[in-house]
Amino acid sequence: MLGRTASSIFWMYRYLERAENTARLLEAGARMALTRGADGAEDEWRSVIVTLGLRKAYEAAHDVYTGPQVCNFVLRDADNAESVLKMVESARNNARASRTSITAEVWEAVNEGWMTLKGAMARPVRDAALGEVLRQIRREATLVRGATYGSMYRNDIYHFARSGTYLERADNTARILDVKYYLLLPSYSYVGSTLDSGQWDNVLRSLSGRRAHRSLNAGRMDARGIAELLILDGRFPRSFPFCYEALSDNLQALAEMHGQESRANTLMQEAKNKLAAATIDTIFDTGLHEFLVNFIVGNQAIATAIAEDYLFAD
Amino acid sequence: MSNPDVPNFDEMFEPDGTVRPAYRDYANWLDQQEPAAMRRKNAEAENFFRRSGITFNVYGEGDGEERLIPFDMVPRIVTGSEWRRLSRGIEQRVRALNAFMHDLYHRQEIIRSGRLPQRLFSNNEAWLPEMVGFNPPGGVYTHIVGIDLVRTGPDEFMVLEDNARTPSGVSYMLENRETMIAMFPELFSRIPVQRVSDYPRRLAKSLAACAPSATTDKPVIAVLTPGIYNSAYFEHAFLADQMTAELVEASDLRVIGGRVQMRTTSGYKPIDVLYRRVDDDFLDPLTFNPGSMLGVPGIMDVYRSGGITIANAPGTGVADDKAIYSFMPEIVEFYTGEKPLLPNVPTWRCAEADSLAYVLDNIADLVVKEVHGSGGYGMLIGPTSSKRELADFTKKLQARPENYIAQPTLALSTVPIFTKAGLAPRHVDLRPFVLVSPNGVDITPGGLTRVALKKGSLVVNSSQGGGTKDTWVLDD
Repeated sequence: MLGRTASSIFWMYRYLERAENTARLLEAGARMALTRGADGAEDEWRSVIVTLGLRKAYEAAHDVYTGPQVCNFVLRDADNAESVLKMVESARNNARASRTSITAEVWEAVNEGWMTLKGAMARPVRDAALGEVLRQIRREATLVRGATYGSMYRNDIYHFARSGTYLERADNTARILDVKYYLLLPSYSYVGSTLDSGQWDNVLRSLSGRRAHRSLNAGRMDARGIAELLILDGRFPRSFPFCYEALSDNLQALAEMHGQESRANTLMQEAKNKLAAATIDTIFDTGLHEFLVNFIVGNQAIATAIAEDYLFAD
Repeated sequence: MSNPDVPNFDEMFEPDGTVRPAYRDYANWLDQQEPAAMRRKNAEAENFFRRSGITFNVYGEGDGEERLIPFDMVPRIVTGSEWRRLSRGIEQRVRALNAFMHDLYHRQEIIRSGRLPQRLFSNNEAWLPEMVGFNPPGGVYTHIVGIDLVRTGPDEFMVLEDNARTPSGVSYMLENRETMIAMFPELFSRIPVQRVSDYPRRLAKSLAACAPSATTDKPVIAVLTPGIYNSAYFEHAFLADQMTAELVEASDLRVIGGRVQMRTTSGYKPIDVLYRRVDDDFLDPLTFNPGSMLGVPGIMDVYRSGGITIANAPGTGVADDKAIYSFMPEIVEFYTGEKPLLPNVPTWRCAEADSLAYVLDNIADLVVKEVHGSGGYGMLIGPTSSKRELADFTKKLQARPENYIAQPTLALSTVPIFTKAGLAPRHVDLRPFVLVSPNGVDITPGGLTRVALKKGSLVVNSSQGGGTKDTWVLDD
C-alpha cells in the first residue's frame, strides 16, 4: 500500500480516538462542574482545557472559564484548530483520502458520523443538549470501531488502523492522568489520604473506568488503586499495558509483512518491557509525573518511527 | 427555451400520449406503483447518495462545499437496435479521433491536404510540441473518450461534444445503476437491461493492453488524482477501488531509474500505466507549468523513453476544442474514408467572416460557446438572454471572433422526470463511455444521461443544476 495511504489510515483512527476521548473528558468535567460551587466549577473547566493542551489558545480568546465557553471552544469553535468538530472532519478527510483502502461500511460510518456531528454542532451547543451531543460523539466513534472490527480484512491496512487507535489512546490516558496528578498531589503523598475523591472519580469517569475500579476496590477510592488500574492493569481497555499489548501485536504484524524488523517495533518492545517491569511502588517512588512525561515522550517516539519506517512522507 | 415552432421529441411518449415501444414494459410497471411509495423511494435515493458520499465539489463556492448531483428515478431507455446504430457511429468517430491525433503529431497530412487550416493549431494551447514524432504505447492516444450526444427525433442523434482529454461521469453511470437495482430489483427481473457493471474491469483490461515496453510483469495501473478537494475525487477513488489500482497523488510519485515509481510502505514501486485525472498542464513541472504541485517532475522523459503509459496521452485535449469539433465531419471522412454515421450539430465558426456576420445578426436565436470552454461556463444561450447580455456578448464576439463558435438552439429530446405532481418532461443528453486499446474499441452499453431539472432548461451540466438518470440499453 502507499505510504500516504498508511498515514491517512493511521491518522483517521487517531483523530477518531482523540475526538472520543475529548468528549469523555468534557463529559466528566461537566459533571464535576455541576456538583461544585462557582469557584470549583471554574477550576474544573480550566482543568479540562489544560488536559487538552488548549490553555494558550483558550486564554487568547477568553478571560474566564465558564461552562458554555469551554464547551463551545472544545467542541466547535472556529478559533480552536483542535476542536472535536475539526478532529471529526480530519478523520473524515483522511478516510476520504484512503477511500480505496477501507470498506464501504467503515466509510459510511465515518461519513454519516461526520454529517450527524456537523449537524449537532452547527450552532453553539445548549447546556440541555450537551449530554446528548457528547453521547453522539462517543456513539459515532463506536460505530466506526464496530464497522472496522466487523468488516475489515486483517491486512496491513487494518494493522495501521489499530496502531493509530491504540497509540492515541495510550497518549490520551497519560495526559488525563498527568493533569489530574498535578491537581491532586501537590505534595508528595500518595498513600490513602485522599484530597478529594470526586477528582479521582472524575478521572475514572473520563476513562470509563468506574465499573472496573468498583469491582476491584469495593468502592474504596484512593490514588494508588486508581493508578494501579489505569497504568498497570492489562485487562482495562484504556490502560497502558492493554494499549501497548495491542499496539505491539499490530506493529509486530506490520514488521513481519514488510519482511524486516522495524525501528518502531524495536522501540515498542523496549517500551513494553519497561512497562512490564514497573510496579506501582517504583512508579510513585520515581514520581508519577516523571513517569507519565516519559511515557508520553516514548509514545511519541514510536509514532515518529512508524511514520519513518513506513514512508508516510517523502 | 426550446424553440416553440418545433415540438420536442419526447422519448417516452408520442404526441398523443401513447407510450413508445422502448418504454412499454417500464410504463406498465409504473402504472402498478403507488404514487406515495414512489415519493418515498425518491427520498431514499437521495439518502443513499448522501451516505455513500457520492458528491462533487463546485468550483468557486465557499469551503469546497460538497453537493449531491440530483438523481432522477425514471430511467432513460434506448432500444438495442438504436444502440447498435449509435455504437457504429461512435466507434467510427473514436477511430477517426485517434488517427487524427496520430496525424497531428506526425506528418499532419490533414493540414497538408488543405482540409484543416493551420491556424487551428498554431495558437492552440492544447497542442503539445513535446508530443511531435512520439508514438504512444499501442498507438493509442485517446484511451477513454466520452462522446456527448443529443437527440432531436426518432432517428436523429447528433454529437454535441467530444471529450478526449479526461472525460468524467462514468462513476455516476455505475452508481445510478446500482441505486436503481437496490431500489427496484423487480424491474430488472422483468426488463432485460444490458449491464454496465463490468466497466471497471473493461477499463483495467483496456489500460493493461496499452502497457509500455518497460513492463516486465502484469501491468501495474495507478489512477492519478489531484486529491480530495478535486471536484471529481469521488470518481477517481471509485474507479481505482473498482479496478484494484492504487489511487496516487503527485506527492506519492518520483522518477527513479527511468521509471515513475510510487512510494509504498515498503519502498518505491514502478507504475506501468498511469490513468491520470490531472490536466496536461499539471503533469510535469519540468516540461509544462513549472508552478504545478500536482505533477511529477520528469514524467515526460520517462514517457518518451517507453517507461510509462499515460492515459489519455498528453496533447489529446486538442480534440476537445470546439473549433476542431466543427471540422469533425471532414476529419472522420479523411481518416476512415467513410461518411460520418453520426452528424455534428450545425456549427458556425466565428473565425470565418461570413459566419461571424450571420451569428451577429442572429445572436438572439443561437447558442454561442467559447472554443476552449467547458462545463457550461462562458456560453450564451440567445433565446433566454437579456438584451444587455446579448449586447455584452456581441462585444466579446467582435473583439475575439476566433474564440467562439455558434450553434442553433436545438429542439432537444425530453425524457420524463419524477416530480411531486407526477411525470414531467425535461431535456436530456447522453454521454457514452468509450475505451480504446490495440484490441479495439469497446463501448459500454449505456452511459451518463444528464437531465436539465428546470422546466424548459437546456443546460444539463451538474455545475449548473443538472441531474442524472440511469441509462438503459435494452437487451432486445
